[in-house]
Amino acid sequence: MTTTHPPARTGAGRLLLIGGRVLDPASGVDDHLDVAIEDGTIVAVGTDAAGVFGRSAADDGASDDPDIEVVDCTGHWIAPGFIDVHTHLREPGGEAAEDIATGSAAGAAGGYTALCAMANTSPVCDSAAIAELVWRRGREVALVDVFPVGSITKGLEGRELTEIGQLNACAAEVDFFSDDGIPLADTLVMRRALQYAKAFGAVICNHSEDPDLTAGAQMNEGAVSSVLGLAGWPHEAEEVMIARDLILAGGIGARLHVPHVTTAGAVELIRLAKERGVRVTAEATPHHLLLTDDLVADYDAVMKVNPPVRTASDVEALREALIDGTLDAVATDHAPHAPEYKDQEWEHAPCGMLGLETAFAVVHTALVATGRMTPLQAIARFTTGPASVRNVGQHGAALVAGADANLVVLDPEARWTVDAHALHSRARNSPFDGRELTGRPVHTLLRGRFTLREGVVADAAVVA
Amino acid sequence: MTQQPRHASSPAADAATTPATTPATTPATTPATTPATTPATSTATSTATATRVAPLHHLLGIDDLDAAQVVHILDTAEQLLPIATRERNTVPTLRGKVVCNLFLEDSTRTRISFDLAAKRLSAEVLNFSAKGSSVSKGESFKDTALTLDAMGVDCVVVRSGSSGAPRQLARYLDVPIMNAGDGWHQHPTQALLDVFTMRRHLGDLAGRRVVIVGDLLHSRVARSEVQALNLVGAQVSVVAPPTLLPPEVERWGVEVVPSLDDALPDADVVYLLRVQRERMHRAFFPSTREYQRLWGMDGRRLRQLKDHAIVMHPGPMNRGVEITGEVADSDQSVITEQVTNGIAVRMACLYLLLAAPAVDEEAGR
Amino acid sequence: MLRRLAHELIEANQGAEGLVLVGIQTRGLPLAQRLARLIGEIEGTEVPCGALDVTLYRDDLGRRAPKSLHATDVPVDVTGRTVVLVDDVLYTGRTIRAALDALNELGRPDRIRLVVLVDRGHRELPIRADHVGKNLPTAYDDRIRVLVEETDGQDAVVSEEVPA
Repeated sequence: MTTTHPPARTGAGRLLLIGGRVLDPASGVDDHLDVAIEDGTIVAVGTDAAGVFGRSAADDGASDDPDIEVVDCTGHWIAPGFIDVHTHLREPGGEAAEDIATGSAAGAAGGYTALCAMANTSPVCDSAAIAELVWRRGREVALVDVFPVGSITKGLEGRELTEIGQLNACAAEVDFFSDDGIPLADTLVMRRALQYAKAFGAVICNHSEDPDLTAGAQMNEGAVSSVLGLAGWPHEAEEVMIARDLILAGGIGARLHVPHVTTAGAVELIRLAKERGVRVTAEATPHHLLLTDDLVADYDAVMKVNPPVRTASDVEALREALIDGTLDAVATDHAPHAPEYKDQEWEHAPCGMLGLETAFAVVHTALVATGRMTPLQAIARFTTGPASVRNVGQHGAALVAGADANLVVLDPEARWTVDAHALHSRARNSPFDGRELTGRPVHTLLRGRFTLREGVVADAAVVA
Repeated sequence: MTQQPRHASSPAADAATTPATTPATTPATTPATTPATTPATSTATSTATATRVAPLHHLLGIDDLDAAQVVHILDTAEQLLPIATRERNTVPTLRGKVVCNLFLEDSTRTRISFDLAAKRLSAEVLNFSAKGSSVSKGESFKDTALTLDAMGVDCVVVRSGSSGAPRQLARYLDVPIMNAGDGWHQHPTQALLDVFTMRRHLGDLAGRRVVIVGDLLHSRVARSEVQALNLVGAQVSVVAPPTLLPPEVERWGVEVVPSLDDALPDADVVYLLRVQRERMHRAFFPSTREYQRLWGMDGRRLRQLKDHAIVMHPGPMNRGVEITGEVADSDQSVITEQVTNGIAVRMACLYLLLAAPAVDEEAGR
Repeated sequence: MLRRLAHELIEANQGAEGLVLVGIQTRGLPLAQRLARLIGEIEGTEVPCGALDVTLYRDDLGRRAPKSLHATDVPVDVTGRTVVLVDDVLYTGRTIRAALDALNELGRPDRIRLVVLVDRGHRELPIRADHVGKNLPTAYDDRIRVLVEETDGQDAVVSEEVPA
């Protein structure tokens, strides 16, 4: 890799990415093109992009202009920065597991330029004050753009609606609401939330689980839970709730997002609803696209997650749905937990897995390297797909002149072994620890500034 | 016990509760895979010609054992049983060893049984009880484990309401871990003592038919029991309200039979599981009356059994729900004998775990 | 050889009165049974014979894989009797020490005698046999195995040098 000069100023100057394969789902481009960036904005994309800086494409490498940094991307993919619509950054209140700085660093390492911070913080993100705090803190750290998620109900209590209008109007412009892991069991409240949010163009995202069917549940219900003696999460619990929500959203014409879909039956329900014109988007997590419930056999609580990892046939159904677009987005549900909480008996350990730094590699290894998805399709599930779920500004938009330079440069050939202790997250609960994966971000650029360079995360702009 | 004559007893010595198991029949209980090289003699029988039995490192669940290991444990228990009934009922075998009973869930009966087993082998016993998770006191499960490690215990007997806790403990500690019951998962010593009891009454269990009745869903005993019975070649049928059958139970290697009455005439063993009355409040079954009528063992059903068939229960019993007093106190009930045998079986497990060389001295663990 | 040992025992005990033979598991047991039969034939009486497993009393637990347990079964009360312990090979003496402890749990014999088929030396404890079939000097690392008809199909004493 050739880096001729360190950038004189961060976020400014001239940057030339040459020799890479541009994968831009928004424009449908999949071609070897150069990208020229100036002052955080893309100024040219093409075989002659260097021309905008008065250079010819031929004099790659040795530049004699100290104001131009040339990055050789030969063999690499250049894509829009990734967007995660489902991240737990834990700040405020859960800083022992993660904060916005460490979570943002994990995001940058994973190729992300935009993260949607879930509302189940302490205090809950059910007011404009908390939403603006999270949003502003993201700006200060400046490794990714943080888009707060508001809760649907005050205090995640499932009764009174959060001030959706206030959150929508505040600086964070929240248009996406979720009570995260707590299902909105009251059908009437769910219906009113959908009705109310529709007026603001906002999206309701409900955790798909019928709580009556999952009292005490510890893992997927099936042959494995039967032998392990753990109370099961039946797949019906997820499907019953999704069916209800799809019926309600369809009736109202409101926008619904289904988080972390895990069962073959749920995929079928969403596919059918989309065919019928229901305004629904849906996501799958990397862990549900790869892991199966037999991994619970050691009772290592790192494998404990809600919704649980399911069976091989569910994994296959999710993969098919991600390929055909029934599932719009890969979302990490990155859920850091301090080790002392995961070092408990399975029953007492909290649910959740890390995901930001391994998401691309998992999807690439399972679906792209195996030839089931084209690189462009896979990139779409990390960019345009999540951008269709909610408003994330310019993230995921086409790589054209005038656009913000939010980019990731990926090495699809990189083989690496996940080491939970080497991740940027403050927590260690990666279910992929010790796995060999292929594909890894090399550089991440947020508005032209390197947040990840040569695999090294930039310092947070402001350290708390 | 003080009434016993002052000499070592043969396995038949406690014939008051045990139908005679003459030494000559004992070799027949070892499966054909163990070559019966030892000829039966009038005074002594070598029941275990322990050829190539893999050593035990932990006893976490029956699914970790193979058939030879199960037979080896039972044969060892057979030789230890007389010790429990003679006047001087301790042996010095585990003198200087410290066994910790880590009971994170109340179970006085099981704890006492393990306590006696360890003491009869002259081990020191530490009782460490904590209600619920130790985390409720601000200590993680791992910290509890490391504390025990630092105290230098030689073996941990762990009872927990959380499925899998013993396996987690085995990851944190280097000493042998014995599972004394974890959640709904496993209760291996219960299964071993049950199979031991069955073997003493029925001899070789291959092809014998055992009917397990009741709440299999929430039962750690059932999970261990089925695995142990499969290992010794018994045929297992299960009968229960459909709501109390675990998911995909057929894959356990059992036959699900629809009616208790149909299953009884062919049964060699009827094994009744405890049914908690609280279950009916969560709609598992309508009433104890209906449960008793459809799945309870009563005098009428007792008379459908073959003469040699036995009735078992892991205790504590709910008389009047899964079993009537008439059945519990009948000649075919071996429920109190299960308790006696439990001590010998737990002694056998402690002996095999603790008299073995330390794990790191064994090549290729 | 056994017949000679039987006569020695009768002579030492002045008859078979009060004798009980106890074979140490496993090879000592058939030897004890044969000796009991011989003494019985010579004296025209029935001599009680039992089995003693000393595994639980050994001092080398934890140093090797745990041995299989065998029956301990002595058909009479040993208290007040003369117990004749019978084993195949006397070596370090540790087995006999364990046997004395094990016997002690069964009662209080008036006296305990020790009969071995082979004494190969190398004692590690102050123990000696009262009656010895044959003294067989050996190297410490040799393996001496007594084969008996009942378990091994033949009667023989086999000395094996363990390759270095």
